[in-house]
Amino acid sequence: MSPTVSRTVRRPEPPSARAANGLRDRPKLGEIAPRVLLPLTALGLGLAAWEAVVKVFALPPYELPAPSLVVETLIADRALLLGSLLVTLETAALGLALAFVGGTALAILFARSRLLEATLYPYAVILQVTPVVAVAPLLLLYLPQPLAVLACAWIVAFFPVLANTTLGLRSVDHGLVDLFDLYGASRRARLFRLELPAALPAMLAGLKIAGGLSLIGAVVAEIAAGSAGAGSGLAYRIAESGYRLNVPRMVAALLLLSLAGVVIQAGLSLVAWLTLRRWHESAIARER
Amino acid sequence: MTTPLLTLTGVGKTFASGTRALEGLDLAVRPGEFVALLGPSGCGKSTALRVIAGLASPSEGTLAWDGCAGGEKPAPGRLGVVFQDPTLMPWASVSQNVRLPLALTHRTAGADERVAAALARVGLKSFADAYPRELSGGMRMRVAIARALVTEPALLLMDEPFAALDEITRFKLDNALLDIWATLGTTVVFVTHSVFEAVYLASRIVVMTPHPGRVAADIANDAPHPRDERFRTSAEFAARCRTVAAALADAMGEPPP
Repeated sequence: MSPTVSRTVRRPEPPSARAANGLRDRPKLGEIAPRVLLPLTALGLGLAAWEAVVKVFALPPYELPAPSLVVETLIADRALLLGSLLVTLETAALGLALAFVGGTALAILFARSRLLEATLYPYAVILQVTPVVAVAPLLLLYLPQPLAVLACAWIVAFFPVLANTTLGLRSVDHGLVDLFDLYGASRRARLFRLELPAALPAMLAGLKIAGGLSLIGAVVAEIAAGSAGAGSGLAYRIAESGYRLNVPRMVAALLLLSLAGVVIQAGLSLVAWLTLRRWHESAIARER
Repeated sequence: MTTPLLTLTGVGKTFASGTRALEGLDLAVRPGEFVALLGPSGCGKSTALRVIAGLASPSEGTLAWDGCAGGEKPAPGRLGVVFQDPTLMPWASVSQNVRLPLALTHRTAGADERVAAALARVGLKSFADAYPRELSGGMRMRVAIARALVTEPALLLMDEPFAALDEITRFKLDNALLDIWATLGTTVVFVTHSVFEAVYLASRIVVMTPHPGRVAADIANDAPHPRDERFRTSAEFAARCRTVAAALADAMGEPPP
């Protein structure tokens, strides 16, 4: 039987182990309900008040669009807005993926060579502390627009991945290092069986930060590019609608942008949970 | 007398800080022996174990292994080590942890059976798929012992493995270890600061002096096997403990208890 198969058909572990450590499989419904219902109730009340204010004071849509109008715009402009949502999500996801690969690779090189780390780390920090909104126009000057937007998403997402993975690779249990020494482990075995798994919680924490940042990077670059007159992402729709005083569409695009952020965060949280749920303290619920 | 499995001659270890942990340590370990290295905290007994394991290099002196040319180390897997902590990989299941030495030394043939046998030997057969954090401290230590045994090492090195466990668990693991030693005939070097543990487990007790560590007394402990709870509470056990405690007090330059 291959290891993969044995993992998927894992029989339930002995109950004593589970009971002894107070592990439980999922939170009870009674605890989830308030955490879902309360924010939804608040949202409903807020939207109702907003709708009422617009109706009572008869505010024109270019001053404050009613929530119902925003929803109507969302439906009416769905082809345009969903297309833009996909473009923005794609840019952010691709920037994040490149940052993950590049950041992890550089962190592994840093862990191998202190000299390389001493040489390059300051520039990684400079890349991080320079506001991306100021870098975007320069990038747009040299790169074709979609590539410049992607570069911005990558720049801001790169550093959290690099910094966290570097820290994670350094936090390997010395006892386990001794054990790998004892059995004459190859560099490859060390990397894949020890260092990367040990660094995984820190890497995933970095990835969560990077996820939010990559969206910000993409938006910033789109806004910068939008003012130059090209682009089709959500941020560009916001800028464009602003010029036309199409406030309902601005709000609708903003709503989708928030949704994109939530989707990215939720996706990364799910990845972290799926990866760590069996062994890391951060992903395990305790019974009190 | 049989050829020693391992001979340490004049081994010394000085750390970069200037601390002299070992000086002129002479020790020959014969096949099948259960040697307890007994001494107070900081007497260099853990350092001696690390030198034997090849995890620290001696500043002076030599290590000679039976069957190895001068200065050569035994092949990976010929040595098993159990550290003070279980040092398991938290991200891997019990069976994956036990399999690690086989994977690192490329012994893939019959790995499943070896892992199963090692787990059965420490009484953890039904916990193969559990993760370390789901186990108690004593069970984690059993996994560490199974992992050290899985390559069927000629020499098992143990560095105060049960020091952090409660007494009930410690007694159980003492018995499990004696069982394994009797069944497999593996040579064991066991570092401890407990006179009682040394007398209960070992066939030979080597008492070490502190600062720097060297051999102060070498006591044969020929109490008959199997040793069990009755031995632990016998007058003979008490008498042997008194002898060893006196040797230990002498090594530390204190009046006998």
